[in-house]
Amino acid sequence: MKRNKTEMALIAVSMVFIVVMLIIPLISVIVNSLREGLSFYAAALTTDYVISALQITLLAAVIALAVNTFFGLLAAWTVTKFEFRGKHILTTLIDIPFSISPVIAGLAFIMTFGRMGWASEYVTALNSILGTDLQIVFAVPGVVLATIFVTFPFVFREIIPVLNARGNDEEEAAALMGAGGLTIFFRITLPQIRWALLYGVILCTARALGEFGAVSALSKARGATFTLPLEIDALYMSGQSDSITAAFAVSSLLVLLAVGVLLLRSFIEYKSERKRAL
Amino acid sequence: MYVEMKHITKQYGGFTASDDVSFGIEKGKLAALLGPSGSGKTTILRMLAGLEVPNSGDIFIAGRRINTIPAARRGIGFVFQNYALFRYMTVFENIAFGLEIQKKKKSEIEKRVTDLIGLTGLSGLEKRYPNQLSGGQRQRVAFARALAPNPQVLLLDEPFAAIDAKVRQELRNWLKDTIHRVGITSIFVTHDQEEAVEVADEIIITNHGRIEQSGPPAAIYKKPETPFVAQFIGDSAVVSNYECLNGFDSIKGAGKAVIRPEFVKVYKQGALHRYISAAEEGRVESVVFRGNHLDLTVAVKDVSIHAEYSMEEAPVAVGENVTVLIYRLYVFDENRTYLTENKAMKDTNLFYI
Amino acid sequence: MIKQLLKGNHVIPGFGLTMGISVTMLSCFVLIPLASVLVYSLHLPASEYVRMISNDGVRNAFMTSISCSFLAAVINCVFGTILAWVLVRYQFTGKRLLNGVIELPFALPTAVAGITLSKLYSDTGLIGSVFAQWGISLAYTKIGLTIALVFVGIPFVVRSIQPVLEKLDPAYEEAGNMLGAAKTAIFFRIILPELRPAILTGFGLAFARGLGEYGSVIYIAGNSAKNHTQVVSYVIMQKLNYVDYAGAASIALGLLVIAFVTLFTINMIQIHQARRAS
Repeated sequence: MKRNKTEMALIAVSMVFIVVMLIIPLISVIVNSLREGLSFYAAALTTDYVISALQITLLAAVIALAVNTFFGLLAAWTVTKFEFRGKHILTTLIDIPFSISPVIAGLAFIMTFGRMGWASEYVTALNSILGTDLQIVFAVPGVVLATIFVTFPFVFREIIPVLNARGNDEEEAAALMGAGGLTIFFRITLPQIRWALLYGVILCTARALGEFGAVSALSKARGATFTLPLEIDALYMSGQSDSITAAFAVSSLLVLLAVGVLLLRSFIEYKSERKRAL
Repeated sequence: MYVEMKHITKQYGGFTASDDVSFGIEKGKLAALLGPSGSGKTTILRMLAGLEVPNSGDIFIAGRRINTIPAARRGIGFVFQNYALFRYMTVFENIAFGLEIQKKKKSEIEKRVTDLIGLTGLSGLEKRYPNQLSGGQRQRVAFARALAPNPQVLLLDEPFAAIDAKVRQELRNWLKDTIHRVGITSIFVTHDQEEAVEVADEIIITNHGRIEQSGPPAAIYKKPETPFVAQFIGDSAVVSNYECLNGFDSIKGAGKAVIRPEFVKVYKQGALHRYISAAEEGRVESVVFRGNHLDLTVAVKDVSIHAEYSMEEAPVAVGENVTVLIYRLYVFDENRTYLTENKAMKDTNLFYI
Repeated sequence: MIKQLLKGNHVIPGFGLTMGISVTMLSCFVLIPLASVLVYSLHLPASEYVRMISNDGVRNAFMTSISCSFLAAVINCVFGTILAWVLVRYQFTGKRLLNGVIELPFALPTAVAGITLSKLYSDTGLIGSVFAQWGISLAYTKIGLTIALVFVGIPFVVRSIQPVLEKLDPAYEEAGNMLGAAKTAIFFRIILPELRPAILTGFGLAFARGLGEYGSVIYIAGNSAKNHTQVVSYVIMQKLNYVDYAGAASIALGLLVIAFVTLFTINMIQIHQARRAS
């Protein structure tokens, strides 16, 4: 293939940018994590702190995923299948977590459920009725809420373009034949968006597992309410060289996850491109 | 009347899509809603289906007022413009969907779907998905799907718009025959007058949200009641100074006329022997070969007239002077059309007899 | 009551239910907690804001966040446009990989990105050591901070431009070509104006994200008040750690206002441009 100079130059610039900015950091995580050898790597991943953090992270991610998938599907259906007043405002509001500092998300829950938050008295009242000792801020529920907040729009955002591109004719046709909402959703809409939904779910999971700023504001107890990113932070900030290596070892877990997300995305894109070609 | 609209008005914001629309269609007829785009024909169809709600007026099907009945319970089959086939269901599943929703017995569904697949000539394609079908096959699936639950009325939105010109003709005939065989009252929307004239038993012509005229195609063709219909139907040239033509007097208040090619005959000079006083001198401006005939544009005085010319006659060339005989015109004012015969022809006719 | 929001008639069932649930969930998980921040900060006495604004540390943090985010967003617009162009218009080996990796910053946890970048660009790191030879420090300076923000923002710009470029009719360029326009003239006079709204969107998203970024910048930024390398999110987090909720809330309000003004301005410019085009 013959290429002109501009084309070569632009491709070269892109390659260099991507390699320096994205690929080298990716590889360096793995290299750094194996600096002290495989047995150190294995040991670093099985400390009590890491296992506790892994459990909390998974719990938060699973709950956030369930909430956000349910919400994303309902909200995307509402926004694309109906014309209503305030639609633009609704989508803008749903996008808020994208453009807000995660630290502010953490702050928001402190202002709501913290000691001076307006909702704390309701939590106290609830606890006295139920005889429980439920804490929100600086406890696992706060971590879960913060995770839900920052990943809230992901599933919604991923399925909206597909639904918009498909139009509403099939749903209208089914409704004209007397099909109910659930039938239409499961038999007509869901099959159309399954790949986009899958990608949204995976991306949402990755972000939920990796959330740092919001959770960091709400979680202070290492080994009890820390998530994996907080554990990485604690290891890295301790400053000793072997705990920094341990921080990279834990990071490598999350890097693998991120690479998995990217592979899945490429796969989905490849599939939908082939479908378009048919 | 089996399907009837009475004084229907529909507005979107400030735009009036339907303005006091009234019409009726007899049971078993195939009717066409014909009009230019934006004339309100699709709105009428969507109101019948229950996809839109009129601001005022009544809709009846089989004598029952259906305004307040939800779309799904009106007993209507709807064929969407792009067919809206369920892309993740096979041909069989598509056609069976409406019956499943009605919770029909499985054996009954199987029988009905198989019958319809036979009727629409889709046998062998049951397991295909919509993206594996041709445009014509998709239309047949959409048609069968709409018919499956045994609707009282079938509505079709621009049923031929998404089909290649080549197969369109064949599908028109097929659809017309099949609808008559099934005997279902049907209404389809089209902007193509040729399609409406060929397929429909009854044509309803819409313009600016109003109904201009309705009736059998031949009647509309022969007696257009409004200026719009006179211009819209047939291959019509509009002329403004018709009174300068031989044999036509000015009608008071009616300043324009429609001349159709079939109202005109062109002769080589010296070839016309009768009605010479009724004829005009003209000059050929263009000649277009149409396969079995020629389309001529002839300038007569200041008027440009379209005419057909048989291939059997001696050929004419651009720039040649010819004799033009105009039999009749539709003269129209704001609201009405008048069919006017060539007076000079009548006179000479009488003279010779 | 909800149904009154509907425009026109709808045959597809389920609007009331899905709309109701969507709005309720959005309110519970996002809007109400955020409103708590607003309510709390609006109740603060004016003296609190004066204290905040007159504080050099806070003012400097805002300056740092805004200037570095702005610079990073500009850099991203340049490279993002080149990347999008190369990915859409050219065919070359490794294109799929390039395209897939673009999204890495979305999928990689911010804390992992943060420690990796900080390690790479430190004076002993793989990239940092190269510059250290010439006496240039990258990590723990504003340069390092900007690099981290470029990393975080690049997918926003590329993903905004790519779809527009894909839809852009090559006939435009061909027409320009036929008229004898030079290649650069074609790009700047024909293609760039078409891409401007998309670039602007990408800029706005990258800038807003950069303003609030926490995890990926705190390790590389140095967080020194003296060297003006503290970002706003870091200052909020610091206030939270000192249980200075009033300070945290007032700074958060400032950050929210800037983010919304940015997004609002960009929306306005786009609406204006769309009107001029049509």
